[in-house]
Amino acid sequence: MHPWLPFEWIAAIRFLREGRMQSVLIIVGVGVGVSVIVFMSALLSGLQANLLARTLASQAHIVVLPPEDVARPLRAQDDALLGPLVQKQAQRLRSIDQWQRIRTRLAAMPAIAGVSPVASGPAFAVRGDANKSITLIGIEPEHYVRVVDIATRIVGGQLRVNAGEAVIGIELAKDLGAGVGDKLRIGSADGITDTFLITGLFDLGSKSVNARNVYVSLRAAQSLLDLVGGVSSLDLALHDIYAAEILAQRIADDTGLQADSWIRTNAQFFTALSSQSVSSNVIRFFVGLSVAFGIASVLVVSVVQRSREIGILRAMGATRGQMLRTFLLQGGVVGLLGSLLGSALAWLFLSLWQVFARNPDGTPMFEIAVAPGLIAIAAGGATAVGILAALIPARRAAALDPVVAIRG
Amino acid sequence: MRKSYRSDAGVETEVLHGIDLRLARGEFAALIGPSGSGKSTLLNLIGLLDRPSAGSLSIDGQATASLDDDALARLRGQRIGFVFQYHHLIPAFSALENVMMPMLIERGRPDQAMRARAAGLLEQVGLHAQMDNRPGQLSGGQQQRVAIARALAMQPSLVLADEPTGNLDTRTADGVFALLREVNATLATSFLIVTHDPRLAARCDRIVELVDGAIVADAPPV
Repeated sequence: MHPWLPFEWIAAIRFLREGRMQSVLIIVGVGVGVSVIVFMSALLSGLQANLLARTLASQAHIVVLPPEDVARPLRAQDDALLGPLVQKQAQRLRSIDQWQRIRTRLAAMPAIAGVSPVASGPAFAVRGDANKSITLIGIEPEHYVRVVDIATRIVGGQLRVNAGEAVIGIELAKDLGAGVGDKLRIGSADGITDTFLITGLFDLGSKSVNARNVYVSLRAAQSLLDLVGGVSSLDLALHDIYAAEILAQRIADDTGLQADSWIRTNAQFFTALSSQSVSSNVIRFFVGLSVAFGIASVLVVSVVQRSREIGILRAMGATRGQMLRTFLLQGGVVGLLGSLLGSALAWLFLSLWQVFARNPDGTPMFEIAVAPGLIAIAAGGATAVGILAALIPARRAAALDPVVAIRG
Repeated sequence: MRKSYRSDAGVETEVLHGIDLRLARGEFAALIGPSGSGKSTLLNLIGLLDRPSAGSLSIDGQATASLDDDALARLRGQRIGFVFQYHHLIPAFSALENVMMPMLIERGRPDQAMRARAAGLLEQVGLHAQMDNRPGQLSGGQQQRVAIARALAMQPSLVLADEPTGNLDTRTADGVFALLREVNATLATSFLIVTHDPRLAARCDRIVELVDGAIVADAPPV
């Protein structure tokens, strides 16, 4: 008996220790449940973070574009329709009106981590007989790296786009048979052409991006795309990527421009991501529920087994409240010990997973970290579930009539 | 006091009809009577484990009718000690811890004074050497001595003993009974002992006889 422990704790711990086999079995049961939850959560958050990183590697969180040209029906002065048939208008490449002012305003918003002006449009890359259709992207590298982390994705040369220099993807380099130091001719659809020196090769993790994107300086792209002084979009990076859709709508309302969030652009991917989260929450809920039923059923049996002891304790002056707390504590202790065991098991599973789940080149398939926060949540959650599960048996213990309990 | 029970069918049966009993401080009384006469029911009422259907009960001059369950539990812990026929020690705790239990329940946390008092009581009942044994490691007589030590832990005014020697052989029973008398003599604790054994009843100072829920005799042994 430790001198600092109150009666309820002493009784709860002794009862659990005395019911050795029962206690061990239920703690292992809780542990298995908790390990499934922790393992699944860590695996899933690792997987989602990985997928998200891949998806967002070559995309801005929000792209602000000029509003689309809309054709309106022609009306006479008395409001009579003159030309009732309206044909959808072809969209030409246009600049954002007064983009410097808008850029300053967006950069001042606390939710936005970076703003990068971009002039991009379709073009051809020509080298010898090879002729490839590309997306020409004019950037200011010092700003663009905050939106798309291209600097760390350079696999050859460097990220340098001074006048007459271009950075291309590894796929395009292969198609054209070009490398760092080679020359490349780029022509726009309007027939303007220029020659660039390849200074760097990037790998953004997507074959189509690696085959299409060509980065040049903002100024070079402006003159090739006939957008002198203008930009075709402002690319934004956010602090909280999940706020993208709400923020995009606010920006659209605010500026009258079109703002596309990555959530809208990748709607299917985002839906897959959130339905994955929902289904994992459902699994977590039911595992938690079965853990709770397990604890409750063991404690119900324990109350029946110990009803005479409960009666004796009551005869010795124990109140209903003391008996209630004694059994609630047993539920909490089982939950806590089970969660610690479960976290250890989950850690073991994850270590094994990282040993066996590897890419062909031996690198881990994706990073999984068991966050200390996750273990703390699991421990707190399992303790709370244990106490809740103990509610019914504990109330039965408290309600026992000592006369009946002692005689029984 | 009266006590009646309502059966599941709704029929009311009175098991104690107008009991009027007064136990003086330091009295050593036996409660006898055939099975089903209401002895256990009366003991439960006096022990504050149950409430009378009619009438009142006072302990040390304190009326109990208006007390709620928790207050009743506390009063029970402080003033009344129980010794049951089947010892009823708690197997998860050692002999010493069992004796400490009423004090622990009352005060919330264990302390040195509690431990010392429990050890002293075990010495008094001759079990100092077995103090760290679990109940399962003690003989029947030893368990009952621990139960007596436990009943005395809170220095109660009254000890209620339900067949305290009913489960023991004659020699052990004599030893346990002698211990009860010794406590009665040295601490002036009142005792009410339910027994079937006329030999035991004859060694008490007063014999209360209960038949069919009523007291039919109340006198010193002849």
